Amino acid sequence: MAAGKRTQDSRLTTVSDRLVRMLKWLGPFLALALVIALFAGLAPDRFLSTYNLKTVATQTVIVGLGALGMTFVVISGGIDLSVGSLIALCSVITAVALRAGHGPMTAVLLGVSSGVLAGAVNGLLITGLRIVPFIVTLGTMGIARGLAKYLADEQKVDADALGLSGLMAKSPDPAWLLVAPGVWLLLGLAVISAVVLKRTVFGVHTFAIGSNEATAHLCGIRVNRTKVLIYALAGLFAGLAGVLQYCRLTVGDPTTALGKELDIIAAVVIGGGSLAGGSGGVLGSLIGAFLMAFLANGCTLTGVPNYVQEIIIGAIIVAAVAIDALRQHRDSP
Amino acid sequence: MLLAMHGIRKRFGAVCALSGVDLRVLPGEVHALIGENGAGKSTLMKILAGVLSPDDGDMRLAGAPYHPTGPRGAQALGIAMIHQELNLADDLGVVENIVLGREPRRLGWFDRKAAVQRARVALARLGREELVDNKRIGDLGPGPRQLVEVARALTLDARIVVMDEPTSSLSQEDTEHLFAAITRLKQAGVSVIYISHFLEEVLRIADRYTVLRDGRSVHTGAVAQTSEPMLVRHMVGRAIDEVFPRVEHTPGPPLLSLSNVAGTRLPVNASLTLYRGEILGLFGLIGAGRSELLRVLYGLDPVRNGDVRVAHVAGRDAERAHDVPSPRATGTGVHGRAPWVRLAQGVGLLSENRKDEGLALTMTIADNLTLSHLSHGARFGFVSRAWQRERLRRWADVLAIRTGGPALDANAPVGTLSGGNQQKVALARLLDMDIHVLLLDEPTRGIDVGSKTEIYRLIGELAANGKAILFVSSYVPELLGVCDRIAVMHRGTLLPAAPVADLSEATLMTQATGGAKT
Repeated sequence: MAAGKRTQDSRLTTVSDRLVRMLKWLGPFLALALVIALFAGLAPDRFLSTYNLKTVATQTVIVGLGALGMTFVVISGGIDLSVGSLIALCSVITAVALRAGHGPMTAVLLGVSSGVLAGAVNGLLITGLRIVPFIVTLGTMGIARGLAKYLADEQKVDADALGLSGLMAKSPDPAWLLVAPGVWLLLGLAVISAVVLKRTVFGVHTFAIGSNEATAHLCGIRVNRTKVLIYALAGLFAGLAGVLQYCRLTVGDPTTALGKELDIIAAVVIGGGSLAGGSGGVLGSLIGAFLMAFLANGCTLTGVPNYVQEIIIGAIIVAAVAIDALRQHRDSP
Repeated sequence: MLLAMHGIRKRFGAVCALSGVDLRVLPGEVHALIGENGAGKSTLMKILAGVLSPDDGDMRLAGAPYHPTGPRGAQALGIAMIHQELNLADDLGVVENIVLGREPRRLGWFDRKAAVQRARVALARLGREELVDNKRIGDLGPGPRQLVEVARALTLDARIVVMDEPTSSLSQEDTEHLFAAITRLKQAGVSVIYISHFLEEVLRIADRYTVLRDGRSVHTGAVAQTSEPMLVRHMVGRAIDEVFPRVEHTPGPPLLSLSNVAGTRLPVNASLTLYRGEILGLFGLIGAGRSELLRVLYGLDPVRNGDVRVAHVAGRDAERAHDVPSPRATGTGVHGRAPWVRLAQGVGLLSENRKDEGLALTMTIADNLTLSHLSHGARFGFVSRAWQRERLRRWADVLAIRTGGPALDANAPVGTLSGGNQQKVALARLLDMDIHVLLLDEPTRGIDVGSKTEIYRLIGELAANGKAILFVSSYVPELLGVCDRIAVMHRGTLLPAAPVADLSEATLMTQATGGAKT
C-alpha cells in the first residue's frame, strides 16, 4: 500500500517535472511564435513579406554567430564580455587587410584567426592568472576596442569588398539560395556546434566543467586546457561575426557592435543558458537571437518607439531566467 | 542546575540520531561533551541552539521550560554557539564583528564610540583588550579570531557558551589563551559546553563530562574522578554486531609509497607503503588531515614536500584486455601530479563529498559514470552513447545500481538516485577504468546499512583481484572489520601502520586523540 502510494507520488512528480522541463525547452519557441504572431497581426503585409523575412534573417547573423560561441562559454560557467569589441576588431582587421591589397581569402582568414587568437588570450588569462572570466573579458573588451580604433586610425576603414559583400546580401546572387550566404553559414555552424556540444568528448567536458568544476578536476579532465579551447572557440565565432559585419557594412568600423555582447548574452539566456553553468543549448540560443531580431524589426516596422522594444526584451530576459529558477528550485527541495 | 536536557530523541528519516540523551550543566562549570564521530554531539547542540527541534524530551533552562523558537530565540535566552568553522566577516574589523547585527545606533547612525566600548568590555573579560584596534579580522590568526567569537557571545549576555572543537585549528599558544579565557568565563558564572576530541584538553579544562555513544548519553561524571583510558572505554565500549563480509586476499608487492609527504597546511608528515591486494585503513579525527593526504596524493592539492611513488604494474592491461590501454607515465619520483596523470598511472580517488565533488549532480548517470575516461569509448572525438549505456548496464549489474523506476534510465540526472546508488556510480567510474590503487575517502558515509555491507564486500573482492586500497573512515568498527592494516593520523602526522590483529577500538582512539602511542 505504502509502496504503491510512493510510486504514484514519484510518477506525479516526474510528470510535473517533465512539464516544467518542457516549458523551459518550449519557452523560447513560444516566445518567438508569440512575437511573430503579434507583429503579423499588427502589420501583416510588411512584416511577413519575403523581403522583410530575409532582412530579419540577415540581421540575426551577427548576434547569432556570437551566441553560438557564447553558448559554450556560458555552459562552462563563464562569460565573455569582449565579444562585441572582438567583432569590431576583426571587421577592422579584415578591412585593413583588403585595403593593403590582400585577396579576399587572406583578409577573411586574417579576420577570423585574430578572433581565435584573442579568444585564446582570454582563456589563457582566465586560467593562468585565475581571474574570474567577467573581469578578464571586461578588460579585454576595452583592449580590443582600443586596438580596433588604433588599427583604423579612429575612423572607418574604406576598402573594396571584392565581392565579399555578397555574403550578406539580402537578395543573394544565385537566387535559389533564398537568403544571404551568411544566414546559411550561421545555420550550418549551428548544426555543427550542436553536434559538438552534445556528442563529442569536448562538449561533455564543457558541460561537466559548468555543472561542477570540482568533479571535472576529480575526473582528471584537463580543465584549464578545455577552458582555453572554449574561449578560443568563442573567439572564432566572434571573428566570423566580425568578418560578416564588414561584409554587411563594406567598411571596417571600429565603433560597430557596441554593446552587442549584451544582446548575445541575452540570446543565450533566453534560450535556456544559465549563468551558473551546466545548462544551455545551441537551438535555444539561436531562437533567442531570432527572437530579438524579430522584435527589433517588428517594432521598427510598426513605428513602436525604441524604448518599448527595450522594455519588452528586458521583460523577456527576466521571464526566461524566472522559468529557469523555478526549475532549479524544484530540483533541489 | 542551569540547563537540564532529559530524554532527548531525534530521528532523520530512518536514521535515529539521538535515542535518549540526558545532559545537565551547572552554572559556572565547563562541561565536556565527548563521543566518537557520529555519536550525536552536533545534533544535540543544534537542538540546544534552536536549529533543530527534538522529537521527544524535556528541556529546562534555569528551572523554566526551554523551547527555543529558532537560533535567534535561543540566543535571546542566553545560549551562544561558537562553531567549528568561524562565522566572521573577514573584511570588517574586530569591533564591527563583535557588534554585527546588533550595532548600537544614535539617531539612526552607527554609534562607533558605543560599539568600541561594548567590544572593549567583552574583550577585557577575556584578557585581550588590545584586539579592539584591529581593522580587518581576516589579518588575524585563528586563535585571536576564536576569541573574537567568544567576545561576540559575551556581548549577547550568554549564560551558556557552546564551543565545538575550538582548538582543532589552534596553535599551542592560542590554545593557552583560549583556556585562560574559558577560566575567566567560569569565574564570571558563565557555563561552557566544551566539545573536543582531544581528551588531554578535556581533562585539563573541564569540570564534568558527559559521554555520548550511538545517540545515547552513556556516562556522566566529574573529571577529577576519571582518566583518559576510562573516557576512551566509555566512548567505544560496545560490541560490534555488524557483519563484515570477509573476502580472502593476500598482499603482494608495493604499489604506492609515500615518504615524508607534506601539503600546504595538512598533512604535516606522512609516510606509508601500500601493497597490491591490501586494504589499508586510515583513521583519525575530523581535521586530522586524512582527506587532505588523499587530495595531495591524487594531485588535487599541491605537495609541499616529500615524495609520492606509484609503481608500474606489469600486465595491467593483459588482465583487463577489453580495456583500451591508457597512456601512462612510469611514475617514479613524480611530485604533485595533476589528477589526469594520477589516473593514467592507475590511481583513482573516491571523494568524501559526493554531492559537491564526487558527482556532477545535474548531469546524467551515464555521463557521470564515464566522465573520467570518455575518450576510451570515443571515436574521432565523438562520444559513443551506446558505449556509455553498455558500461552502465555492466556496472548496474555488478554493483546492483537501482533507481525507483523499473528500468535504469541512463539519461536521468544522477542526483535522482539515492545516496547509496550515487556512491555506487562514483565507485563504478573508478572501477571502469584501469585503476589499481583506489583511494576511498569515507566510502560509506551517508548511505544505508544494506549498501554499506555491499560496499564492504566489494572492497574485499577488489583486494582479492589485486587492487591496493587506501580506506579512510571515521567509523572504527568498519575499519577493524574490513582492513588488513590501519594507520592513524593525529594533527597532520601519520603514525606507523599496524596489523589489525594488534589493534582495538580503544588503541585506535588513544592514538587518534594523541594519548600514549601503543
